[in-house]
Amino acid sequence: MKELKLLKGNEAISEAAIRAGADAYFGYPITPQSEILEYLMAEKPHERTGMVVLQAESEVAAINMVYGGAACGRKILTSSSSPGISLKQEGLSYIAGSELPCLVVNVVRGGPGLGTIQPSQSDYFQATKGGGHGDYRLIVLAPSSVQEMADFVKLGFDLAFKYRNPAMILTDGAIGQMMEKVWLEEQQPRMTEFPEWATTGKKPGKERRIVTSLDLDSAMQEKFNRKLQEKYRKMEENEVRFEEIDCEDAEYLLVAYGTSARICQKSVKIAREKGIKVGLLRPITLFPFPKNKIKEMAGKVKGILSVEMSAGQMVEDIRISVEGKVKVDHFGRMGGIIHSSEEIVTALEQKIIGG
Amino acid sequence: MTEEIIIAGFGGQGVLSMGKILAYSGIMQDQEVSWMPSYGPEMRGGTANVTVILSDERISSPILNTFDTAIILNQQSMDKFEKSVKPGGMLIYDGNGIIRHPERKDISIFRIDAAEEAAKMENTKVFNMIVLGGYLKVKPIVKLENVIKGLKESLPERHHALLPMNEKAIKRGLEIVQKVHEVNR
Repeated sequence: MKELKLLKGNEAISEAAIRAGADAYFGYPITPQSEILEYLMAEKPHERTGMVVLQAESEVAAINMVYGGAACGRKILTSSSSPGISLKQEGLSYIAGSELPCLVVNVVRGGPGLGTIQPSQSDYFQATKGGGHGDYRLIVLAPSSVQEMADFVKLGFDLAFKYRNPAMILTDGAIGQMMEKVWLEEQQPRMTEFPEWATTGKKPGKERRIVTSLDLDSAMQEKFNRKLQEKYRKMEENEVRFEEIDCEDAEYLLVAYGTSARICQKSVKIAREKGIKVGLLRPITLFPFPKNKIKEMAGKVKGILSVEMSAGQMVEDIRISVEGKVKVDHFGRMGGIIHSSEEIVTALEQKIIGG
Repeated sequence: MTEEIIIAGFGGQGVLSMGKILAYSGIMQDQEVSWMPSYGPEMRGGTANVTVILSDERISSPILNTFDTAIILNQQSMDKFEKSVKPGGMLIYDGNGIIRHPERKDISIFRIDAAEEAAKMENTKVFNMIVLGGYLKVKPIVKLENVIKGLKESLPERHHALLPMNEKAIKRGLEIVQKVHEVNR
C-alpha cells in the first residue's frame, strides 16, 4: 500500500531511493541538497534494505564509486548541486561511454562558479547537451512537485537500466527545500539477479565481461558512437514526456519546467482573468525534449515565451523546434532570484503580445 | 478554497514548525498543501519565514508575493510583509516588541499577545501554538481535531507527551485573540 507523508523534495528523493531498492548512494554534501545525504544517514537504510550510504571524500570520488557500483549491475545514485555536478562530469562521461546505468540528482543553485545557494535553472545546457566530453546524452527528468521528486527516482532508474545510460533528475533548491504531501511507493526488494553485462565475477567457462569506455581503434570507436546515437534517437521516439495545462484554446504559450512551471501555472490563471488565452507546456523530459509537441503548438499559437531561471537556455531548443514559425522569446530571473507569476504575465504582454 | 499564508518572525519562535503543523492539518482533511521556507543566508540574521498554502485544488505556485493571511511575529517581518497582504486579507500579529503597529485599513487586523501568554503559562515553547490558536479562531480553515492529528504526525513519538500542553496552548490562543479592526471578506 502507498504511504502518505509530508516531506521536503530532497527527503522525498532519499526515501524513494530506499523504496526503489537502490543498492547504494555515494555523495558529498552541498547546499541546497544536503538533506538527501542527511535523511539517508538518519534513516539507516543498511538496516532496512541493506542499501549502502557513504559520504565520499569528494564529488569526484563519489561519482567514481557510482561508476564502480554501476559496473557491477547495481542500482546506484548520487546527488549534488551545480558546482559539485561540474566536478562529476568526467565520471558521467565515462559512465555514459561505458553504457552503464545510474541516477544523478542535480539540485541546481545559481551560478556560474560557486554562485549562490538559491534556486536556479542555469544548468540546463550542461544537463541536456551531455555535460562532460564526448558525444553522449543523459536522460533528463524535471520534477515540478515533491511527488514527482519521489516518482522520478524509480522512473530514472527504470530508464537508466532500459537504455544503459545515466539518468539525471534536474531540479532546484525551491523544490528541494519545499514540503508537500507525497504518496510513497511500497518497498521494492533490491535486485538479486544482475544484467548480462554486469561484472559480477568471472565464472568458469564463461567469457570475461569488460566494462570500458576505451577503444584505440577509431573504426570501432565510430561504430560504438553510432550505436550510442541510435540509442538517443530511440529515447526521442519513445520517452518524451510533457504536461499540457490549458493548451486547448491557447493563443499564447508559456513553456517552463520544474519550479518555473509551478510559477507559470499561476501566471496562466492571472492572464486568463485578464482575458488573455494562455496555455502552459511543461516539458517533463528535458532530454529527450518534446520538440514535436512544440512544433505542433507553434502552428496553433501566436507566440511562445520560454520561462526559465536562467539567461535563456531551453529557449534555444524551443527555437529549433518552432523552426521560425512564430515569435519565441525568453524571460527569466537569474542568480537565485525567483521570478513572480505577475512578472511573467507582464513579460508575456511586453515581449510576445505587444512586441 | 485556497488559503495562502506567510508566517514570519525570529528564528527560534517556531515559525517553521507552526507552518508544518498547519500543513499536516491540511493533509488530515484531504487538502493539497505546500510549505516553502526561506533558506540559506536569508535565515542568517535571525529572521525566518515560511509560505504555507492549503487548497482544495492542485496548488500552482508555491512561491508567492501576496498573501491572504500574514502571521507576523516581529518588527522586521511587519516592515517586510504588511504590504504583502492582499486587499481584504488578514494580518495577525504578536504585539510583543512591535514599535510600529500595522496601519492598513483595507485589511483585517488582529492582535494576539502570545509571548506574554506563553510567559504566564510558564512555557515559552508553546508560543507558536498560541498564535496558531488565534489564527484558527479568526480563520477556522482547519478543524481543531485535524490540528491535533497534524500535531501528532509532525512530532516524533518521543515528544507525544507534549501533545496535551500544545492543545491547551492552541485553545488559549482561541480565547485571547483580539480584533483591531475588520473589513468585509
